[in-house]
Amino acid sequence: MGILYDQAPLKDKVERALSDDFKHHAIETAQDVITQKRQALVDQVENWEDFREKAAEIRNHVLENLDYYVKQFAQNAEAAGCTMHYAPTAEDAIDTILDIFDELGETSCVKSKSMMTEEIGLNERLEEHGIHPIETDCAENIIQTAGDAPSHIVVPALHFDRNAIRDLYRERKGYTGTNDPEEITHFLRTMLRSEFMNAHVGITGCNFGVAETGSCTLVSNEGNARMASTIPETQIIVMGIERIVPDLRSLDVMMELLVRSAVGAKITSSFSLNTGPAKPGEVDGPKTVHIVMVNNGRTNILASKYRPMLRCIRCGACMNTCPVYRHITGHGYGSIYPGPMGIVLTPLLVGYSKAEKLPYACTLCGACSDVCPVKIPLHDLILKHRIDMVRLGYTPAVESSLFTAGAKVFSNRLLYEIATTVGAPGTQILTGNSGHIDSGSVWIPVLNGWTYSRDLDVMKHKKFRTQLAEYQKQKQNRHQDQEDA
Amino acid sequence: MIEERPIMKVAFFPGCMVDMFYPEVGMAAVRVLERLGCDVVLPDNQVCCGQPFFNSGYSDAAKPMMKNVIDAYQGYETIVSLTGSCAYAIKGEYQHFLENDDEYSRKLAAISSRIYEFTEFIVDVLGMTDVGAHLDGVVTYHKSCHLTRLLGIKEQPLQLIENIHGLSYVEMPEADRCCGFGGTFSVKEPEISSHIVQEKVINALATDADYLCGADQACLMNIKGRLDRMRDRGEIISTMKVVHIAQLLDLGMGK
Repeated sequence: MGILYDQAPLKDKVERALSDDFKHHAIETAQDVITQKRQALVDQVENWEDFREKAAEIRNHVLENLDYYVKQFAQNAEAAGCTMHYAPTAEDAIDTILDIFDELGETSCVKSKSMMTEEIGLNERLEEHGIHPIETDCAENIIQTAGDAPSHIVVPALHFDRNAIRDLYRERKGYTGTNDPEEITHFLRTMLRSEFMNAHVGITGCNFGVAETGSCTLVSNEGNARMASTIPETQIIVMGIERIVPDLRSLDVMMELLVRSAVGAKITSSFSLNTGPAKPGEVDGPKTVHIVMVNNGRTNILASKYRPMLRCIRCGACMNTCPVYRHITGHGYGSIYPGPMGIVLTPLLVGYSKAEKLPYACTLCGACSDVCPVKIPLHDLILKHRIDMVRLGYTPAVESSLFTAGAKVFSNRLLYEIATTVGAPGTQILTGNSGHIDSGSVWIPVLNGWTYSRDLDVMKHKKFRTQLAEYQKQKQNRHQDQEDA
Repeated sequence: MIEERPIMKVAFFPGCMVDMFYPEVGMAAVRVLERLGCDVVLPDNQVCCGQPFFNSGYSDAAKPMMKNVIDAYQGYETIVSLTGSCAYAIKGEYQHFLENDDEYSRKLAAISSRIYEFTEFIVDVLGMTDVGAHLDGVVTYHKSCHLTRLLGIKEQPLQLIENIHGLSYVEMPEADRCCGFGGTFSVKEPEISSHIVQEKVINALATDADYLCGADQACLMNIKGRLDRMRDRGEIISTMKVVHIAQLLDLGMGK
């Protein structure tokens, strides 16, 4: 599937998402629950802002010295017994992973949730090569079973509710139970347990690689990531090259922020810090660990003004607070990376021609930047995309000439005077029965963007500046009269 | 509290929405400032700050607009903006676009720290929280994004509102969530915008307030537009009025 799973024009995707009342409502409710839980926890942390500052500093430091830390991480992971692979592109990463399967002669694997594997479109490519990956994260399993696309980076099945999940498993997996979450989870657990026990390969992502120790962390709530990284003999870890922290001390800072920001909890139920394969005498753990470090455009981002985006720790707090995501849901964006972080990241990974109008699906309200645990100025970066799109000619010619002409009028007092004086009676002609410009004006281009859903007050015959000048003149006259008297 | 003669000269920045669509809001602000002892002047050459243009990506086209604003306000000791959004554009964003222009970077630096948003000016500069206004009614307040988050002006408007005699304040749910205006976003992505503003109106109506007040006219125009449409269609029965905070402060002031 890769990064973009829906390449319809933004307008169509948005329309579809908005007309799906069920999905729309599910996301609204979920957003409310997650943000309230997050806020309650954040309010408890006295020095939350210091934590954010520190986390941003740690991430910046890693990015400024990425070559050093990638090397240190790789050396230490290798010393711990891991086999390191470096994949410049998504394609290289796929080839590397397919080679591992070929060598093992394996045709299936268990997988825990990983955005990096989504990004490189791993599942689809494995299937093409006759290898069946089984998603073991509940939400990912729902998505995989439904053949659907994720609507969130942390909780990908956010757009499903318990009834939809019950029906899905009834239809596709022979479930016979109710919509009780515990019952559904138990069914999934039973189904997945045998998959775990029979699996020879486990594929996981990595929340943070620790350079000092060569360890890979897994943060999860279901214990499935721990199973996937301990039961199969071979573990394949797929991670972005930027997902490194220098040491365990900085990992601690990131964990304080990640879990609170992502799910509004202090800690997840499972947190694994895996260093290499099982040592002699250890009961659990894989015999072989492959770490595939994927670049896939990240060094280009590193060298650009969009570098702060690489600080991202994939918590999803930005989309949980975003007023646009709230309504168009993850599917409105058509990218596995939705919401504010997705608007910044997607065009960097796929290019402006494919990302289409994505950077315009934002009100620039700044709520995302405010909650970002690593202080990425998301709304500023979205604006930078718009500016780059205009400069590189990715906006319609008509729009461009409209803005250029408009800028001339609004930078010149005289032209502004003429345009607004001519314009005012125009808007007054358009008023309907309500005394406002109402839905009767939807035939007028540009204006209809406003009036199809809102009334517009008319432009005043006398602008503020005119009224003020008159008022001041009257005052002056009164003052003069008083003095004369 | 009402001074006999002007003691402070302020250059006023009304914002285009007020200039073109809501002159009564600007006049209310002028009266309030005058009663608080200010001599209000409007630099004749001032026009739009350019934000709708550069926020749409047209930063090169917007440069003459930025320069025009910077020139218009040169030499003034104190500048008061009736909109937090435009104030933020000038104070917070111009510098990124003009960093290679020494002359205008210098001129910008000369005015930037002298620009105050209207409520910030009254509370922080004039040191007033009770301007003597009076209103019998229930008021709720929309916390505009640029004002609240980007300029960090959170308490000042509320202090002014809560000190209006006779008024009771009720916070609406999600008061600081965007109203969906977003400048040209409102017409470029009208479908998304209308869903966001619809929720804002519903949240405001949930307070049963007589007045929905805000400090940025663009947001208010958006919210009022949706409220009017919902009334036109008979979807709601509500007499809630949408007013700028300047209009509230002007009510019964000094009587």
